[in-house]
Amino acid sequence: MEHVLAADAAVDQNLASISDGLIIAMIVAYAIALFLFAIEAAYGRREKLKADRLVPVAATAESVPETADTAAAADVPVGAADGASTGGYSAHSSTRIDLDDPDDDLTVSVRYREPEARASRHVLGAVALGVTIVAFVLNIAQITTRGIAADRWPWGNMFEFVVAICLCAVAAFLFAAIRYQARYLGTFVLVPVVLLLGIAAKWLYSEAGPVIPALHSYWIAIHVSAAIIATGGFIVSGSAGITYLVAHRTELKRAAGETVAGIAAKLPSSALLDRVSHRFIVFAFPLWTFAIIAGAVWADEAWGRFWGWDPKEVWSFITWVVYAAYLHARATAGWKGTKTTWIGLVGLACLLFNFFGVNYLFSGLHSYA
Amino acid sequence: MTMLPTTTGGKDSTSGGSGESGGAEPTVASLSALGWARWVWRVLTSMRTALILLFLLAVGAIPGSVLPQRRVSTEQVQNYFLDHPDTAPWLDRLYLFDVYSSPWYAAIYLLLFVSLTGCVVPRAAAHYRAMRARPPRTPRHLSRMPYSARFTTSAAPEAVLAQARTLLKGYRTEADTDAVSAETGYLRETGNVVFHFALLALLIALGAGAFLGYRGNMLVVEGDGFANTLPSYDTFFPGHAVDEGDLQPFSFTVEDFRASYIDEGDLSGQADSYSADLTYKAAPEADEQTHELAVNHPLSVDGAQVYLLGHGYAPEFQVADANGDVVFDQPVPFIAREEATFTSDGVVKVPDASPEQLGFSAVFLPSATEGADGELVSDFPDARDPVVTLTAYTGDLGMDSGRSQSVYQLDTGDMAEVGDSPQLSPGDSWELPDGAGTITFTGYSEYISMQVNSDPARLPALLAASAAVLGLLATLLVRPRRVWVRAKTQDDGRTVVEVAGLVKTEGAGATTEFHRLAMTLRDRLRDRPATDTGTKE
Repeated sequence: MEHVLAADAAVDQNLASISDGLIIAMIVAYAIALFLFAIEAAYGRREKLKADRLVPVAATAESVPETADTAAAADVPVGAADGASTGGYSAHSSTRIDLDDPDDDLTVSVRYREPEARASRHVLGAVALGVTIVAFVLNIAQITTRGIAADRWPWGNMFEFVVAICLCAVAAFLFAAIRYQARYLGTFVLVPVVLLLGIAAKWLYSEAGPVIPALHSYWIAIHVSAAIIATGGFIVSGSAGITYLVAHRTELKRAAGETVAGIAAKLPSSALLDRVSHRFIVFAFPLWTFAIIAGAVWADEAWGRFWGWDPKEVWSFITWVVYAAYLHARATAGWKGTKTTWIGLVGLACLLFNFFGVNYLFSGLHSYA
Repeated sequence: MTMLPTTTGGKDSTSGGSGESGGAEPTVASLSALGWARWVWRVLTSMRTALILLFLLAVGAIPGSVLPQRRVSTEQVQNYFLDHPDTAPWLDRLYLFDVYSSPWYAAIYLLLFVSLTGCVVPRAAAHYRAMRARPPRTPRHLSRMPYSARFTTSAAPEAVLAQARTLLKGYRTEADTDAVSAETGYLRETGNVVFHFALLALLIALGAGAFLGYRGNMLVVEGDGFANTLPSYDTFFPGHAVDEGDLQPFSFTVEDFRASYIDEGDLSGQADSYSADLTYKAAPEADEQTHELAVNHPLSVDGAQVYLLGHGYAPEFQVADANGDVVFDQPVPFIAREEATFTSDGVVKVPDASPEQLGFSAVFLPSATEGADGELVSDFPDARDPVVTLTAYTGDLGMDSGRSQSVYQLDTGDMAEVGDSPQLSPGDSWELPDGAGTITFTGYSEYISMQVNSDPARLPALLAASAAVLGLLATLLVRPRRVWVRAKTQDDGRTVVEVAGLVKTEGAGATTEFHRLAMTLRDRLRDRPATDTGTKE
């Protein structure tokens, strides 16, 4: 028998303190971006979005709806009027596109009950996006320096998980902002990000250091990374889901003749927000499935069974089932829209409970708190 | 549930059961047994039922994470019974300490899987037919499609259709007289079917594993050997179909164990790594091999896995009884009270001592120091200054009573306490009061707690799960869509081109895509003379 003292577990203190400084810098940067995004959401002008993966052609074209009352459609989203007055796909708009070529006679008819895609835009929103990118880079730097300082993969405890999840949520948001013009989600994504980072820095902080032997495995890079990236996607999806509920309420109120003011009045259409929310669940759900399977393979290697109903396993299974229900509900008539969004939010609640609740309330093999 | 699942999708006109429901409509009140079965089957295989069952599956899993579970820790369940003597028996009646093997949980997931089968099998059959079928004929009124575009061109209709075919790369196309009908994205439904069948396969694999596999736990002290036979295990959980003779005939010896701990900073005392050197034989006549067993590095031998789960100290004692005969000389595994310091508890039972049996309850402190209130504590998990303190008992250990006894607990009901020992360091002896005997703390070894798992379903389960992920990706990312292009000559000699698109799933992206397709087709037909089309690509 021999006992070795882990003298090589020394932590690079310089890098560790740089990393700690970056935590503050990145939280401040995210908070500034959040503030600017909020200004854009509240004081921006509603501008049209281009057609893309999530914005259908009909919602962007210079359309003159045949059935809708043009006077009402001037300032109110078309969808409210359409949805109230006509059922089915009859809200049909014929459009001339490419008016710069007078010889062109292409006419497009899109039978899609979809209001124009508009979102609140303000010059500060572009600044906010820039600040978010800066904060994102600081976030990456923080994680990298911490990983190098501790000489290991930088997600081994709650603090590091939270920071990495925020990184992934912001990455997902930046992707949405660039690819889907979804800058309007900025406020709604950065509120949970800043909150989570605040909680992490205040209550979950632990010094950079080595982790318990069970985490000495390349599986940490696979299983935990997949779980973290999926969580980032689910957070953006949940933010879009909450935004959807607000936008949906606004549309209902408008349909009932009430006036709506503030941020709620300037949101994009609920249909678009629903698609954004769905998109990110479609992205995150297979990753979450993969994370669970990778976790099972790792558990098989580390704990001697691939599935043992450990609380963490139970709740990741529950989360999986709820999101599976979300996807099935979307394919089921009568469940679309608000109900489905609520299922997605329940899924997010299960996910967050799995992350915080299980680690602090139950004792299990995943207790790294 | 022996009915053929022909009722989904309203496509049962060809099957035998259609006569009843078609003819005798008025007799709703007196549904035949078959009618009832059909109704039950239809309800069970509906998406709404599947959704409800999914929610039940999720909600039903919750108590298992809140209450202790027997299959995770029987000890915690026993403690729960002690702490809540009133509620625990009731919870037990509802199987809440065995949630995942309870009849009601099994009912949920079996119903779900029946529902799933009833939904997926007909879909698989329909998909098989769809895969073999040609794309549907072009509808007469393309302008009724969710997306449609219309433009005129000077190109001839044949050239338009030829160009459309080259544009519809990746689509399966079918020529109608004046139109092209195209469809793509079959992989979505393939993925859907694969995903659901993979889930069924996963459930079957899990069931088979529980039936054919076994799991056992044991402690092995450094230097000792282990042979894979039933008596070698401390606890053993065989599957229903496992026979004692089925155990793989491997054996191994724990040659050496190493642990290293972090000795500085906030995390001082946390284990950094531990591992054990094994020599093993896959069978008695096989060659001896070596393996370094560590937490993420199990030994795989003959279809079984050997795991290092934990470790602890096994102080060695030599006991001489009142007559001076050495009646005990061996290491005794102690259980760590806390991981941070490895303060460990254990008992020494000396049944062969005479005239009376001897028993000791003991505490082992690997790094003994004085605590804040002057008592002896351990401040580090490593054995820097190992110390043992003992309490001795004489009397009847109760080992012959036939009742099963824990090796970690002393039944002092028929024993008398004779006194506490001073601190003993390795080599120290303690003479018991009244000449009852002598106990010597001769040193210490370490033991490792191990687990052997044999689960023939591991690989099938992994394959099924991987197939599920692949199917899931296909079903979520592939978007099936249909495109029609029709070209007709107008009265003025120009060709009217109609492009229409239909997505079977929701998605705004498709309209954008159809629009791009229509524009590209228009541009190509405008930019080049009709005779050029199709020759360059």
